[in-house]
Amino acid sequence: MSGAATMLLAMAVPLAGALLIALSHGRPNQREAVTLVTAAVMFGLVASLVPEVMAGGRPATQPWTVLPGLDLQFVLEPLGMLFALVASFLWIVNSIYSIGYMRANQEPRQTSFYVFFALALSATLGIAFAGNLFTLFLFYEMLTLSTYPLVTHKRTDEALRAGRMYLLLLIGSSIVLFLPAIVWVSWAAGTTTFAPGGIVAGVLTPGETGWLLALFAFGIGKAAIMPMHRWLPAAMVAPTPVSALLHAVAVVKAGVFSIVKITVYVVGVDNLARVGAGDWLVYAAGTTVIVASLIALAQDNLKRRLAYSTVSQLSYVVLAAAIFTPVSIVAAALHIAAHAFGKITLFFAAGSIYTAAHKTEVSELDGIGRRMPWTMGAFAIGALSMIGVPPAAGFISKWYMAGAALAAGENFALAVIVLSTLLNAAYFVPIVYAAFLKPEPAGGPDHGEAPWPMVVALVATAAGTVLLFLLPNLPLSLARQLAGLP
Amino acid sequence: MIATHLPALQVVIPLLAAPICAMLRRGSHAWAWATVVSWTMPVIAVAILLQVLEGGTISYWIGSWEPPWGIEYRIDTANAFVLVLVSAIGAVVMPYARASLEREMPADRQVWYYTMYLLCLTGLLGMAATGDAFNVFVFMEIASLSSYVLIALGRDRRALVAAYQYLIVGTIGATFYVIGVGFLYVMTGTLNIADLAERLPLVENQRPVFVGLAFLTVGLSLKLALFPLHFWLPGAYAHAPSVATAFLAASATKVAIYLMLRFFFTVFGASYPLADLAIPALWIALSLAAIVLASITAIYENDVKRMLAFSSVAQIGYITLGIGLNSEAGLTGSIVHLFNHGLMKGALFLLVGGIAYSTGAVTVDRIAGLARRMPLTFAGLVIGGMSMVGVPGTVGFVSKWYLVLAAVERGWWWLAVLIVASSVLALVYMGRLVEAAYFRPAPASSAGDQEMPLSMLVPAWVLVGACVYFGLDTGLTAEVAAQAARGLLGTP
Repeated sequence: MSGAATMLLAMAVPLAGALLIALSHGRPNQREAVTLVTAAVMFGLVASLVPEVMAGGRPATQPWTVLPGLDLQFVLEPLGMLFALVASFLWIVNSIYSIGYMRANQEPRQTSFYVFFALALSATLGIAFAGNLFTLFLFYEMLTLSTYPLVTHKRTDEALRAGRMYLLLLIGSSIVLFLPAIVWVSWAAGTTTFAPGGIVAGVLTPGETGWLLALFAFGIGKAAIMPMHRWLPAAMVAPTPVSALLHAVAVVKAGVFSIVKITVYVVGVDNLARVGAGDWLVYAAGTTVIVASLIALAQDNLKRRLAYSTVSQLSYVVLAAAIFTPVSIVAAALHIAAHAFGKITLFFAAGSIYTAAHKTEVSELDGIGRRMPWTMGAFAIGALSMIGVPPAAGFISKWYMAGAALAAGENFALAVIVLSTLLNAAYFVPIVYAAFLKPEPAGGPDHGEAPWPMVVALVATAAGTVLLFLLPNLPLSLARQLAGLP
Repeated sequence: MIATHLPALQVVIPLLAAPICAMLRRGSHAWAWATVVSWTMPVIAVAILLQVLEGGTISYWIGSWEPPWGIEYRIDTANAFVLVLVSAIGAVVMPYARASLEREMPADRQVWYYTMYLLCLTGLLGMAATGDAFNVFVFMEIASLSSYVLIALGRDRRALVAAYQYLIVGTIGATFYVIGVGFLYVMTGTLNIADLAERLPLVENQRPVFVGLAFLTVGLSLKLALFPLHFWLPGAYAHAPSVATAFLAASATKVAIYLMLRFFFTVFGASYPLADLAIPALWIALSLAAIVLASITAIYENDVKRMLAFSSVAQIGYITLGIGLNSEAGLTGSIVHLFNHGLMKGALFLLVGGIAYSTGAVTVDRIAGLARRMPLTFAGLVIGGMSMVGVPGTVGFVSKWYLVLAAVERGWWWLAVLIVASSVLALVYMGRLVEAAYFRPAPASSAGDQEMPLSMLVPAWVLVGACVYFGLDTGLTAEVAAQAARGLLGTP
């Protein structure tokens, strides 16, 4: 099968899966088996594309024309490959986790939960494979719409409010800022097709380039650069598997992925480095990193703390990309993968604690490590990755990031990296310390580990975080290809 | 042989069918007859469109009297496109009408509904087909008088007030129109639109022409419900029978917009009213006011039909905005949105009519939790709502793309941002419906509610499907609209 056909099939599989899941309503075992098989098949298809891309191939297909010059177009390049691999692999793990979580917490409406999850993954692959801005935008909106019912899953007033904020901020920013930017590119450059080196270099003046970059950076609300971040903490009202895969991996990574992709393939890294029109982005992202970390420090609710940590870590990716050198692009791409594994582990742990002990606040976690050693052990590894300490994947991306900042003489970026590392340590280390070393308060509920599927999932992602540190070859070589490094 | 007479048949068939319909005693017979007639209309309209696309403008002389003395039907891409829209909407809503009307009005009145509907169809198709300015007035009266009756047939007595208000305003609009035409006739001695276009440049800077233009603009603006002349519309749409609302919302205002295009661009020539006079600034300001204020009103409206009616006023603002931009992209956006909005609003009003079929009144509170009982209806509503917002993959996106492109071409960034920002308002008012229907608990009183009958659901979903299909395949809509825009602008 050709690469192009595999791409289309990989996007179609979760759609078919969604249909089958819907048809399996009322038969939980069958429904969840379908989910797992769908996830596995999708990952298999995505993985089968790796050799071609590694060899320099760029499978492409253009199945449909909407308007003259506005095509549905898919081109697989290294960054999209990396994103698709991460998202589709973690969907398998997340599905295992979901089964444990949704059953143990007796969540209602589980069928629609799995259906929308599958639709969201199809949209995620569409974003990863998009060959032009229009296609990217199409699937970007599809992802927002398909995850909205997941955010409002609980149907409480709080969930509805969060859903409103989710839709308004994400669709609002994408329509008001992202869409005009696309129209502008299409009008000025005559195309929206991604091309190495960018398509607006030499077409727009430096001033215009700066504005264009601003429209993209803030229009892509999923990247959660402040002040567009408010939807993310609000979305934590969703069931934990949603927070874990969608709001730590698929949705938010779709945001930073889009920004990196646009930096590389639309605006052009060399172009930006030359005209200096995007230097402000370092400051916007850097400020977000620090401010979000400070807010995280003050959160007692574990999921909210993780959410602000996500906001901060996402801006790491943007910060790295905004240094505009090849090495910094490598760092940005690596951090997309590294943060995904680390953060999903942390969310899995949070959901596991909620399921086993019904605890949601950081201050309740004293001594919990002895009751839930696997969960808290995995949590510790995730936390190390966030801080950027070996042997966790976060170390590698941070290493490249700091190296790029140093080489480019970006003292501000360097200062942000150092300061935020300290802040990360300040809000993660006390949790791990309390969990393992503080005595458990008397009179608490008697509980053990969470159900085994959840434990399996979080151990797997924690192991992935460590493996990514030990064997970073695959993501690293994809990232180097992206940046045009040998 | 018959192919050459298609323009006349398009108008004459429903005209002659109407009195026959009135003579049928039973609602079901009248319905069957009106359906047969309605279904032949799009066949004729599409045949005409194909002829125009292939062989250029059609000029048909009624009774073989040579224009400008005789009445000429003159059809180019722009009005062929409008004929397709109006006749297609008419054909789609007819199967829906049967069950819906049986629920909403006594049997003896249904015959009158179908008769008036056929007359209204005649009037709208005639307005679009004819090439004679006075003949337009005649058809305008036919369409208006019959639509007053259609609205007055609504299920409660508020429909009478709404119809009466519409009657007053509509009459003023038609009178202004005919006064405007009178001024032009005084100055040029002709009523034929093509002939007017040739003769007007000789007299164009004289005061009677200004006055004529002013009367025409205001008269047509009343008919097409341009802000602030829209006040008749929400009441009329809210209280008319559901199927009449869907039909009128998707067709009546659209034909008035077409006439506006015809007068601005063909008769006066785009450079005149839209460039030399101060109209564009005012026109764009009013369009923006329509978009923003009507959308905000829609957000606070609790009655769903009224909400959609205010949304119509806002969407008409997008169409007039494209006219004001006076460029190929702007006009393409305008014409394509004319078609697209007809599809979306037709779909939404049919779906809401289907909810009313079960619930009676449709308010935001009443539809709480109803999505579970009417999954297909509300799935359609979600898709229609996405189209209103302009999500890519739906028709709304195509319209918005052209409008934003036209604004960017002009370098009017503020306008581009306003166009897109206002779609967020659509997100809010459509989002309210979706949220209420899907995520709020259903009150106990809604236990008996169920999906509308298939004969209503299928037409509604045909339009919903069209909202997606024409959002992905714009070969018919955007290309034809672009050609129509070039024809109106006189560019190759």
